[in-house]
Amino acid sequence: MYDPASALSGTEAVFAAHPDNTAVKALATLATDAKYDRAELTITVARESIIAACQAVQQAGYNFLEDVTAVDWYPSEPRFQITYHILSHSLKQRIRLVVRLDSEDPSIDSIVTVWPSANFYEREIFDLFGVHIGGHPNLRRIMMPEDWNGHPLRKDYPVEGYR
Amino acid sequence: MINPGIEDVIADAKRSHHGNDPAADQTMVINMGPQHPSTHGVLRLVLEIDGESVVSLAPDIGYLHTGIEKTCEAKFYQQVVPLTDRIDYLCPMTNNLAYCLAVEKLLGLEIPERAQYLRVLLNELTRIQSHLVWLGTHAMDIGALTVFLYCFREREDILRIFENVAGQRMMTSYFRIGGLSLEPPLDFYKQVQDFLNIMPDRIQQYENLLTGNPIWMNRLKGVGYLSPADAIALGVTGPPLRASGVDWDLRRDMPYSGYEKFQFKVPVSDVGDVWARYVVRMEEMHESVKIAQQALDGLPEGRIVADAPKIILPDREKMKTEMESLIHHFKIVTEGFAVPAGEVYQAVESPRGEMGYYVVSDGTAKPYRVHMRNPSFATLQALETMCKGRLLADVVAVIGSIDIVLGEIDR
Repeated sequence: MYDPASALSGTEAVFAAHPDNTAVKALATLATDAKYDRAELTITVARESIIAACQAVQQAGYNFLEDVTAVDWYPSEPRFQITYHILSHSLKQRIRLVVRLDSEDPSIDSIVTVWPSANFYEREIFDLFGVHIGGHPNLRRIMMPEDWNGHPLRKDYPVEGYR
Repeated sequence: MINPGIEDVIADAKRSHHGNDPAADQTMVINMGPQHPSTHGVLRLVLEIDGESVVSLAPDIGYLHTGIEKTCEAKFYQQVVPLTDRIDYLCPMTNNLAYCLAVEKLLGLEIPERAQYLRVLLNELTRIQSHLVWLGTHAMDIGALTVFLYCFREREDILRIFENVAGQRMMTSYFRIGGLSLEPPLDFYKQVQDFLNIMPDRIQQYENLLTGNPIWMNRLKGVGYLSPADAIALGVTGPPLRASGVDWDLRRDMPYSGYEKFQFKVPVSDVGDVWARYVVRMEEMHESVKIAQQALDGLPEGRIVADAPKIILPDREKMKTEMESLIHHFKIVTEGFAVPAGEVYQAVESPRGEMGYYVVSDGTAKPYRVHMRNPSFATLQALETMCKGRLLADVVAVIGSIDIVLGEIDR
């Protein structure tokens, strides 16, 4: 069974335990928080540095963007967690980049200039979470109809919808 | 207005090509789908064409959006399993596996080897079944109707195996968090062995119908080229990625559910066209037969569920005779089981590519967030790159070759 004591959290603890990890080296200056849990590495970066962080890990060999998604931690703050899963074909490793956003200004820069595949994923976040993606080439709803009210995957949106 | 989005899509298709100059307005915008037989479901494409060649292409999706990710948040962990079947309805077992592995990782459960082998066996049968649907419909789009009938003959055999083992042909929901729902019936092994005996010959039959066929070759060769760099940049996974020359298969490179114990080749081609994807998938079917045979031969004895009474429902017999089992049963059914807080991402190689489940737990009995990374969703983004500058008729061949399932794109 899973032992919660096995998880490492905090930049210093994680970076000390995994000094040779390529992603740890690449993000040494950009990371604001880190976590190593269930053999998965999570690195938190500031909203302003997401493009720089993506470029840094891409140059370090993490060549494939698997997934971009969001989690809504309503009503706690910072409310939105944008999660990027990035894979390295050569290292056979995966990292998770996380950016946390306040509900005051839920917006983040698009990473389509680094990985064009982020296009649909970011549209999905815009559509279902209502997070504005700055610099996106085609920021429109993707799943819901254009005239839909609200963002269904937000936690304050009822599961049955508004009646 | 039926769909307010269409104006935007058309305006976008035009803007991207020639601005607002009416003199340059030489192209025509046409709509393909959502009720088009070769779009494999309800995909709608807005195409801008100049004569017969494609200038730009914009997919319009969301027609099958059912909000499965939202529904998952209102269910107990064990109640999510039947929902996962309905995401990619051509490979239900793969969805079950990805979700169960993710939750098992959150819980830190050890799965008995017998359950792992049966999971691998059923996943490879699912892969063959899914590839048979792809081959049949792809060939039918091109005009070779016969292959479809042969493919569905063997698919029926696999669906009978599924019915025997799970009680359902398509929406199997056979895997459970912590193992499998039932021990397979005794005639299951012979049924699988009979199928594996005939399958290599049957794949040869399809190849006899198609591989040397001049119409098939002319329609497929050199069409829909995708370079390895584009494939990675656009998030393409699975057979289309390997057909573009990137040697990557999660089963071999990041093994899960005991795949490291099996010997198999990963077919790769560096041609990158529709033909290469056909060749790669046909080879994959042969390899899947080999993996399934190894799983059947090496199937260990033992339990099919992990030893975790607070998570796995007890046997029916024990529930009626032992007080403790009855309590566990009551607790699991009425209030679920709590999963330690945390987040995991578990990826498996589905017939279409990388299928990843991102599950976030807040320590309660219901998942806080379940997100599916589906291969078709990303692969669809590469469609424009593959079709641009090619003939309109080639779009049909390319859609067939990327093997998308709209259920998993829209979720």
